[in-house]
Amino acid sequence: MDALGPQCVPRLPRGVRLSYDQARERWLMLAPERIFEPNEVALAVLRLCDGQRTVQAICEELGKSYNADPAVIMTDVVELLGGLVQKRLIEP
Amino acid sequence: MTHVLRPIGLLAELTHRCPLQCPYCSNPVNLDRKSGELDTATWKRVFAEASELGVLQVHLSGGEPTARSDLPDIVAHCREVNLYTNLITSGVLLDQPALQRLYDAGLDHIQLSIQDVEEANADRIGGYRGGHAKKLDLAKRVVALGLPLTVNWVVHRQNIHNLGRMIELAVEMGAKRVEIAHTQYYGWAFKNRRALMPTYRQTLDAIALVEEARRRLEGVIVIDSVVPDYYARFPKACVGGWGRRAINITPQGRVLPCHAAETIPGLVFDNVKDKPLSEIWLNSEAFNAFRGTDWMPDLCRNCDRKEIDWGGCRCQAMAITGSASETDPACSLSPLNATLRAMAEEDSAAEPDAFRYRRFGG
Repeated sequence: MDALGPQCVPRLPRGVRLSYDQARERWLMLAPERIFEPNEVALAVLRLCDGQRTVQAICEELGKSYNADPAVIMTDVVELLGGLVQKRLIEP
Repeated sequence: MTHVLRPIGLLAELTHRCPLQCPYCSNPVNLDRKSGELDTATWKRVFAEASELGVLQVHLSGGEPTARSDLPDIVAHCREVNLYTNLITSGVLLDQPALQRLYDAGLDHIQLSIQDVEEANADRIGGYRGGHAKKLDLAKRVVALGLPLTVNWVVHRQNIHNLGRMIELAVEMGAKRVEIAHTQYYGWAFKNRRALMPTYRQTLDAIALVEEARRRLEGVIVIDSVVPDYYARFPKACVGGWGRRAINITPQGRVLPCHAAETIPGLVFDNVKDKPLSEIWLNSEAFNAFRGTDWMPDLCRNCDRKEIDWGGCRCQAMAITGSASETDPACSLSPLNATLRAMAEEDSAAEPDAFRYRRFGG
C-alpha cells in the first residue's frame, strides 16, 4: 500500500466510529452495515488515528508505550492501516 | 431453555407514510396510520432502552422516515445514547436544509433506494413522477457533504436487465457501498409476484454478474447482495435467526422479531407503550416462539446447518406451507421446495401483471 507513507495522516472517515460497547464491555468499530472488533494492537493504533497524528507520529507513540523500535512497528502499522483503507474504514 | 443473546440492530419504522408506492415494499399490507404513530418522547425512551440492551446500530426506516419532522431530534438523541444511525430513505423529501440538519445532528450513514437506472422506468416502479431525478440530486449532495452513501437497488424482473449499470452508477455517484437486494416475496411483493419474479436464468446471470463485479471493484466499492431465495439451495438465515440479533418496531410501537412477522397468525406482539424493551426482548411470546432450535421440525433439528440458517424464514414457511413452524420451503431439503420453485417459474414465465401499488387501504 504505497498510498500510506509515514507522513500520511490516517483518520476514521465520517460514518466509521470507534465505540465502546457498554453492554458487552468491548471496543468496536462501527461502519455502514458492519461491525468489527479490533484486537488489542489494532485498537491501540486506531485510538491514535485522530486526524492529527502522522503514521510516523503514531509509530513513535506506540514505540514509547510498548518500549519498541518505531521503525520495526512501522511495517506492522502500515500493513494494518493499509488493510483498513482497503475496507474503507480508514482514510489515508 | 434457549440462551438469549443481546440484540445488535434495531429497525425503527418511524412512520408508514411514504410518497413512493413501490410494489415490493417490505411494509405490511395493512399499514399503520399517522394518528397512531409513537411520539418523539416515546421513541427517545425506546432508543435509550435499546442502547442499554446492547443494540449498536439503529436503522431509521419507514415508510419514509424523513416524513417525520422530528427526525433530526431523534438522530441527535441516538448519538447521545451511543447508537450508530443509518437512515434508510427514498430521498425525495430531503432538500438541502433538511439534509444539513441530519448531518449536524450526527447522522452516520445514508442508504438511498433507487428503482432503476432508466428514469421513466424508475419513476413508474416507484409510482412517483420526478422521483428519480431527485434521488440523483440527493446522492450528489450526500457525497459532497462527506456522508457515506449506500445505494440500494431492489432487483426484480422489470429492472434486472440493468443490473450491471446499477453497479456502475453507484460507483459513479461516489457511493462507498451498494446493495443488490433481490426482492423478498412477502406482503406487497407476494401480491405482486407475477409482476416481479425473474426467471431462474436471469437470477443465475445476476449472481454471476455480482460476483465478477465484486472481484473487479474490490477497494472501490463494497457490494453486498441479498440472494433471491426462491432459487437458492439453502434458505437465508432470516434476520440472523429469530430473536437472536434484530428487533423491528412498527410506527405504532409493536415490537417484532422481523418486519414481516405480523403475517404469522396467532403470534402476540408486545408494544413499547406497555413494557420496557428489554422485557419484551427477553420474555415476549413472539420473540420466544421461534428462538433457538427447540421449535424446529425434525428435518431442521437433525440438520448440521441448523445453527447456520436457523431454519430459514418463518414468514416464508407460513406463506407457502400454511405453518410457520415448518422448514422454510426455500431449502432444497424441504418437501415443498419443488412447489416453491414451480411457483416461481410459473410466475416468471407468465405475462407480467400490472403493479398493485403500495397504498393505504391495500
